[in-house]
Amino acid sequence: MSDTYYNPEDLAKFGSIGEFGPELSKKFFDYYGAVFAEGALSEREKALIALAVSHAVQCPYCIDAYTTDCLEKGSNEMQMMEAVHVSAAIRGGASLVHSVQMMNKVKKISM
Amino acid sequence: MKSLKAAEHRLSQPELQLEILNNGSETLKNVPKFGDKLRDTGLHPLKPTGIDIFQVNVGYMCNETCKHCHVDAGPDRKEIMTRETMELCLDAVRDTDIGTVDLTGGAPEMNPHFRWFVEEIKALNKHIIVRSNLTILTVNPKYRELPLFFAEHGVEVVASLPYYLQRNTDAQRGDGVFDKSIIGLQMLNAVGYAQSESDLMLNLAYNPTGAFLPANQKTMEADFRRVLKKNHDISFNNLFAITNLPISRFLDFLIMSGNVDDYMTKLVNAYNPSAAANVMCRNIISVGWDGYLYDCDFNQMLQMKVNSSAPRHLRDFDLARLNERTIVIDQHCYGCTAGAGSSCGGAIA
Repeated sequence: MSDTYYNPEDLAKFGSIGEFGPELSKKFFDYYGAVFAEGALSEREKALIALAVSHAVQCPYCIDAYTTDCLEKGSNEMQMMEAVHVSAAIRGGASLVHSVQMMNKVKKISM
Repeated sequence: MKSLKAAEHRLSQPELQLEILNNGSETLKNVPKFGDKLRDTGLHPLKPTGIDIFQVNVGYMCNETCKHCHVDAGPDRKEIMTRETMELCLDAVRDTDIGTVDLTGGAPEMNPHFRWFVEEIKALNKHIIVRSNLTILTVNPKYRELPLFFAEHGVEVVASLPYYLQRNTDAQRGDGVFDKSIIGLQMLNAVGYAQSESDLMLNLAYNPTGAFLPANQKTMEADFRRVLKKNHDISFNNLFAITNLPISRFLDFLIMSGNVDDYMTKLVNAYNPSAAANVMCRNIISVGWDGYLYDCDFNQMLQMKVNSSAPRHLRDFDLARLNERTIVIDQHCYGCTAGAGSSCGGAIA
């Protein structure tokens, strides 16, 4: 076992999750590959979405992988940072929009 | 910035570069040998398909000192091809089916015999490519005449531009390079390059500004075309996506940034048999500033001359024997076979 919960070398072992469940693993990776293939959205757009979501779910493996992937799809630092801000805006907005609930409650119980 | 050679840096020794790529760490030791990969693909020993391109490195002197340069070129490099060696080049390609002479460096324009050489190649009715760093076209009146000279001789220009934004370009090629490159491109457009009424070809060479693979060539070409037109009113014909090979200054960057194992692993994992079948060393011969012959410009910088069964110097040039040679390979060759592959003309798969 490593001394930390996250080990950068484990990223390269992602494919080995099938060791304890090959059928579901295969279904997942087939799906994963299909999701990221060029479609109505370009591979570059999907990589930027993945980078933003990686920050939202705060997955260090995903951030590592999709930072490189975005660069290899031709994105630049400004585009990648804007994608992360989209993630931050949604996360921040998700908190702030609940303040309406707080305000409703305050108004209900206050004179 | 000094060249590795002028700084007497250990990586200026080609044999050390190859030792690192083969045995520099446990990861690198365990990387499959490139020859074994080719064998698995049915391409070993690697043979030429016939030489179409005669690539001449006319010298390692350059006005730039780019961080990724596989030549280790710079203002302090003194290796320059003489006119006598250029005459041997002309003798070699005269009366052959080799259709293209590709001039590279350094900045090839800095060779004192450059214009004479271009005129003589043109007289042989060969297609001429000049690999220009663009900034050389802006440095003084003598070089500012070159776009017109290129146009008059129908030279195809392949211009280095690693990205369509200043920050990324300057990070790799030096402060101020992007702005001067834009001026160089505008000068070429002004004399007819990449214009609708003209057949003068201006192609761009894009390469990653770090330890990652190039993006899809067609996608990047569309990006470059859109941004360069909108921001700078620049036109070009094609964009070539080129992978950085892990040698010389780029190897130094990989080591210093702690990326060498990961980058080599990336190249190996991305090995593409289709790219391997189309590597440029199969249809090119590379000539060094001193007349020695190599399978490609990368092998030249690693001082890996053509196989000893073939003539190794222009003095003994023999096209038939060169077409029969076995191409010399090592671990750096993974750079040309990764993903969509890479060559002096961009992606190959």
